[in-house]
Amino acid sequence: MNAKRQLLLVRLVAWAGAAAPLLWMIYRIFLGEGLGADPTAELTHWSGFTATTLLVVGLAITPVRRITGWNSIQKVRRMIGLWAFFYATIHVAVYAALDQALALDFILEDVLTRPFTLVGAAAFLLLIPLAVTSTRGWIRRLGKNWVRLHWLVYPAAVLAVLHYELGQKTDFTRAPVTMAVVLAALLGARVWLAMRKRAAASARGTRARPSEG
Amino acid sequence: MLINPKKPWDDIPSSEITPEDVYLNRREFLGAAVGAAGLATIRPEAVAAAIRRRAGLQDPEVPAIVSMGEELRDDATEWRHVTGHNNFYEFGTDKRDPARNAGSFQPAPWSVRIEGECENPGDYALEDLIRPGEVEDRIYRFRCVETWSMVVPWRGVPLRNVISRAAPTNNARYVRFETVFRPEEMPGQNAPILPWPYVEGLRLDEATNLLAMLVTGVYGRDLPNQNGAPLRLIVPWKYGFKSIKSIVKISFVEEMPLNTWQEMQPNEYGFFANVNPEVDHPRWSQAREKPLPSPFRSRDTELFNGYAEQVGHMYAGMDLARWY
Repeated sequence: MNAKRQLLLVRLVAWAGAAAPLLWMIYRIFLGEGLGADPTAELTHWSGFTATTLLVVGLAITPVRRITGWNSIQKVRRMIGLWAFFYATIHVAVYAALDQALALDFILEDVLTRPFTLVGAAAFLLLIPLAVTSTRGWIRRLGKNWVRLHWLVYPAAVLAVLHYELGQKTDFTRAPVTMAVVLAALLGARVWLAMRKRAAASARGTRARPSEG
Repeated sequence: MLINPKKPWDDIPSSEITPEDVYLNRREFLGAAVGAAGLATIRPEAVAAAIRRRAGLQDPEVPAIVSMGEELRDDATEWRHVTGHNNFYEFGTDKRDPARNAGSFQPAPWSVRIEGECENPGDYALEDLIRPGEVEDRIYRFRCVETWSMVVPWRGVPLRNVISRAAPTNNARYVRFETVFRPEEMPGQNAPILPWPYVEGLRLDEATNLLAMLVTGVYGRDLPNQNGAPLRLIVPWKYGFKSIKSIVKISFVEEMPLNTWQEMQPNEYGFFANVNPEVDHPRWSQAREKPLPSPFRSRDTELFNGYAEQVGHMYAGMDLARWY
């Protein structure tokens, strides 16, 4: 398979994977059993979980590429990040419009007084500039600063996973723990890769190039 | 020649005769079956509903006579939500898990142990504990600590009737309740999500309040397993987790029992758990509630879930923010 076709395949798989939760939800609402007695809770958990998962998957791409040498997967990282932002936007919209019934005083009180909501809101706010500057034009305009700005995806992912943990009532055993462990492993891998690169660079007597973020 | 007055069709017992309406509707029935088969590939709930209708299994109505809560009749939450959206971690943590996983639970025969500071301890069969003549239907608000709410027509007896027969002694200050522990029938109990078995408690005056009910049914039917069959508590002025399900033990005790959720997360859940719009959960506001299946959390929460008149006197002078 030539590189072009391989890239097309990777794009297709990533796109299908990121769109699948949306298609599944549309199926459930319009053709399946519906969302049961508490549609707001269903939509909230579904969108929040999907957004956080995609953020973590997006962070996994660089380490996986370095380790496996599958360079083509780097090309879908931005798209996965945008899908994560899409689900996060649904999450916030459901919270504000349905759960809080657009009562701004309650929303403000919730965000400002409760760590659970504050952490989630902070994660979403960090993602906004990243989504806005994800176009080719902005990449060109910002140059090296683009990489620096998009480093914000790390704190955003950490806050999103923390928000997920804080939302748990009792189930600390399965998905939330898995998510936290995967995120910690990915961050560890990045640190390790950066250290190795720096060591190699200093061995060659040259300065390490700035990380690609 | 012997004339036999008996016709061949006289041998057919009447029970085997197809009822006329079914006979007349046979084409419709076949049509529905074919239609259902077609629909089955896309919409299982529609098929289930069609089959239930065909079988004459309509969702039940609110009983015609209720002894309390007549004013809530039109607000009653649909049967499918009351029996399809449950917090009953013994059967799983998802709201739909109980309806899915409670099928093999055996609610009969059932006996309840009454013990502790009382004059009539012992093991009582459910039939001896719940006297048919005392059973009544009441429509109550139900408010979960997670902010969703329902309106439910319960069937049961006042808890005070059972307590007075047990005859608590002067040492009895609290009533402690315990859920059955059957990990082979309750899959959730195989995981350490909560310290099993589930425990709840009431102060004796709360337990003998007129509103406190031992419930055996909902919508005029026996409790489905996912709703806490065959016997559960309902204390409508408190958050739902106080209303312990599938009760096997009732103990009269001197000390305040440590209820399961307080044991799990004492900063989030207390012993009293009275519905109160002023006292927030650490992670969310309790000022408003979401009357299911509405998607909006837009109804104002009422102090004691709207039962202040009947229960408020028990908490006079108490700091409700401290005793949450």
